[in-house]
Amino acid sequence: MRYAMAIDTKKCVGCSDCVVACQTENLVPHGYARDWIVEVTDGTYPQLELEYRSERCNHCDNAPCVRCCPTGASFISEGGIVKVEHDKCIGCGACITACPYDARFVHPEGYVDKCTFCDHRLEQGQDPACVAVCPTKCLYFGDMDDPNSEVSLVVKKRKFKTLIPEAGTEPQLYFLI
Amino acid sequence: MREELFVSGRSNPLIDPHLEIWEWQIPAYLFLGGLAAGILFFAGLFYLRGKEEKFSTAVRVAPVFVPVLLAIGLLFLFLDLKHKLYFWRLYTSFSIESPTSWGAWTLLLIMPLSMIWAALNIESVFPRWDWKFQWAKDIIEFFKKYKTEMAWGLVVLSIILGIYTGILLSAFNARPLWNTSILGPLFLTSGLSTGAAFIVLFSRSKAERHSMGQIDLMLITIEIALIIHMFMGFQASTQVQIEAAKMFLGGQFTATFWVFVFSLGLVIPALLEILEAKGKKVPYYIAPALVLFGGLLFRFIMVHAGQLSRWLY
Repeated sequence: MRYAMAIDTKKCVGCSDCVVACQTENLVPHGYARDWIVEVTDGTYPQLELEYRSERCNHCDNAPCVRCCPTGASFISEGGIVKVEHDKCIGCGACITACPYDARFVHPEGYVDKCTFCDHRLEQGQDPACVAVCPTKCLYFGDMDDPNSEVSLVVKKRKFKTLIPEAGTEPQLYFLI
Repeated sequence: MREELFVSGRSNPLIDPHLEIWEWQIPAYLFLGGLAAGILFFAGLFYLRGKEEKFSTAVRVAPVFVPVLLAIGLLFLFLDLKHKLYFWRLYTSFSIESPTSWGAWTLLLIMPLSMIWAALNIESVFPRWDWKFQWAKDIIEFFKKYKTEMAWGLVVLSIILGIYTGILLSAFNARPLWNTSILGPLFLTSGLSTGAAFIVLFSRSKAERHSMGQIDLMLITIEIALIIHMFMGFQASTQVQIEAAKMFLGGQFTATFWVFVFSLGLVIPALLEILEAKGKKVPYYIAPALVLFGGLLFRFIMVHAGQLSRWLY
């Protein structure tokens, strides 16, 4: 089992539904975000190119946040999901500094918080909240180890990029381009 | 031309618009940890070489201050934690890949060792010190038998403590400014140099001050070489590190770093040490005070600038 997500940058319109769905589903405190939308504009008017990316934790195979955690609070859970055990986290900030994607933050209660791929929903056979609400269906989620899963198929078929692969993190978000 | 925006309005505190998760506590601790490591290294070294009499400040006086320095440093580390009541979790696990874990366990060993060493030498700072209770005197007598073993412990642990303050930062490849293996030796050298400076400040023996000054001069020279080497490495590296180095080579930290850290904290004290070695009369406290100031500022700038450096995508 290896959970992964593919994000179709050609279909995403940047509506931020995924962000709001995550905040509602996971009771993310006001002013914080576990996922976010980046709008990249390239070129000079009138030759402009636009790319929307719905970003979140990359649930890296070689996660620097997990390696640098002094207490084992950051760990790789079933299916490769990178998680934080709140009662083990001391809030030292090492994992936040270690993440090249700035995907983690300090919850107002003191522990470090981040995207969990909504594993509480996965247990019930549902998709993560962001995937479930996407109005353009630009988010694909599933098991990369299963060659017939939706995400495996779309990554095989389409051209994609990952973010900062040269950081050696082996990220598991695939941006279809 | 490229423009990137968070259209969903992400503004996570301490992360956006740029990382500032580590404020003053971490650089202040890195300074105190390096300083403590430097003092303990010289204490152990000169004891083992049988030079306790000539270097009495290094072996006996300066180490008495170390438990206080370390305690303040530990307090700063504690203040930095965002989930404070869970701090003990550091000691329910050991993670071999985590410099923070290495640091936590090293502190757990070096703190009591430095306290015992300080207790054995406390009369050198407080001549009328009295342990009052017989059991306290018995404990002191017991540890006096193992001074050599303890000195070896001090040398080994102080090197780990000193080098870890740099490795702590260099292990983060997400922050290009820190991601150079030079940082470990650089912080160790700087820590030893501040330790030597501290000893010079407190020494009343001219001979000891002279020798420690010469040692400090050597350390400063190594430090200058390492800093130049670090920037050469950045310039020869990838775009991310070239951009990181730009903050010091024309960017926002240029003046602060090259004027205050490099010139005032390294070059001028080195020149003063040279003048002093040539027999010129220079007030002895100026050079070490500048070294300590430069060491502190260096850590503040590195921790702050490192968090501003990032991958480009």
